[in-house]
Amino acid sequence: MTSALYDTPGPRARRRILLGSIVGGALIAAALAWVLLTFSRQGLFDANRWDIFSDTVVWEFLGRGLLNTLRAAAVAAVLACLVAAVVAALRLSSSRIVRAIGRVYVEIFRGLPVLLLIFFPTVLWTSVTPFMAAVIGLTVYNSAIIAEILRSGINTLPRGQREAGLAIGLTPLATLRLVELPQAVRIMMPSLVSQVVVLLKDTSLAFIVTYPELLRTMNNLRDYYGSRYIFSVFFVGAAMYIAVNAILSITANRLAKRDNTKTAGRVTSAGTADN
Amino acid sequence: MAVWDAREQLLTGFGITLRLTLVAAVAALVLGTVLGAMRVSPIPPLRWLGTAYVELVRNTPLTLVFFFMVFVAPRLDIILEFRTSAYIALSVYTAAFVCEAVRSGINSVSTGQAEAARAVGMTFGQNLRLVVLPQAMRSVIPTLVNIFVALTKNSSVAAGFFVGELFGLGRTLAIRNPAEGVAMLCGVAVLYLIITIPSGVLAERLERKVAIAR
Repeated sequence: MTSALYDTPGPRARRRILLGSIVGGALIAAALAWVLLTFSRQGLFDANRWDIFSDTVVWEFLGRGLLNTLRAAAVAAVLACLVAAVVAALRLSSSRIVRAIGRVYVEIFRGLPVLLLIFFPTVLWTSVTPFMAAVIGLTVYNSAIIAEILRSGINTLPRGQREAGLAIGLTPLATLRLVELPQAVRIMMPSLVSQVVVLLKDTSLAFIVTYPELLRTMNNLRDYYGSRYIFSVFFVGAAMYIAVNAILSITANRLAKRDNTKTAGRVTSAGTADN
Repeated sequence: MAVWDAREQLLTGFGITLRLTLVAAVAALVLGTVLGAMRVSPIPPLRWLGTAYVELVRNTPLTLVFFFMVFVAPRLDIILEFRTSAYIALSVYTAAFVCEAVRSGINSVSTGQAEAARAVGMTFGQNLRLVVLPQAMRSVIPTLVNIFVALTKNSSVAAGFFVGELFGLGRTLAIRNPAEGVAMLCGVAVLYLIITIPSGVLAERLERKVAIAR
């Protein structure tokens, strides 16, 4: 353990750190104990708060909610990437007007709340299903963000890549599609995956259009079984979200590490700070 | 009712959105900076706590944080107004992102700075407070602006949890006047863009400035 911020601890500092660790640890433990005590006073650990989970129907319900979350996220992620590639191409066009169109698309849609974009289709067309509304909203928002990620990825490529593509007679569009985009995707993989995690989290916003995803399912279970079970339902649902997102994030980190060894020394921090 | 007639209600919503954003931004900045300091501190339990907080919150949807504050907390005898719940949920969520920004800012300050501070005998606290953080904060300002733009957009989630902010009021108006629904939502959209687009441009400018200063 070395840090530039503090000296390698000598005997006295080590004693102080040990003291700090004990005090800090004790405080954290005390806080945890207080939380657990409050929980148990509320009877949260009683079997009758958890007995619904012995019913397979509840699991089936939650499983279907999770599946719906994943389904909406997967469809929206694929569509968003496709739209994003088109928008990125617009933004890199040689025509000023086309560039402006791309720019307007990006500025408008990344500046709006996803919630608004999910709700909008239901007002625009009454026939839209909750699933479609969720997918449209998520696609429109994330395509604007991913377009920017792709564009900054393409901008970090050496100019020779594009020139080489043009030199062998590819059209500008073919150069973009066959030479630049594949490399940009590779460079920007960490940013892309973390954006997909954001997208997955944002599917929970589809509760506004009554799409039965995981959060909505949790809410339905609360309505059905009564708020006595709220904590257990919350606990299980939160664990599901965290597990799925953690798996995605860990995969992203792995990819980033693997990629770093292949394209050594390349800076990949040009993503968007979006939460 | 046309959009223009609803302007007062929409502007009220706009004001509530601004207030949610500003209060949560300040709270998240303080909490996030403290968490960031914890993550680089010499005391292991504090580091663990900071890491656990960030990992847990970053992988949780904001909606779930709201769900906790509004539906679960009352079962634990924590009964708050909906508005207060929204402030807390937004602050708690955003703090995790601020923490990561601050930490990466701290990492971006050249080690010579911290070493020099140590060489003149500063403690960890002095080092962080007087030497490293002021420089780190400067380089993370663009990221922070982006985080607060995201916060502005995220504050709309409060609409789903009984706070009538901009999106919530717009949605109510749209549902009540189906003929004007699209126009109402466009009005709401414009009000959001008034905040988010200039902030985004500002962040870009600042980024260039900070980049040159290096």
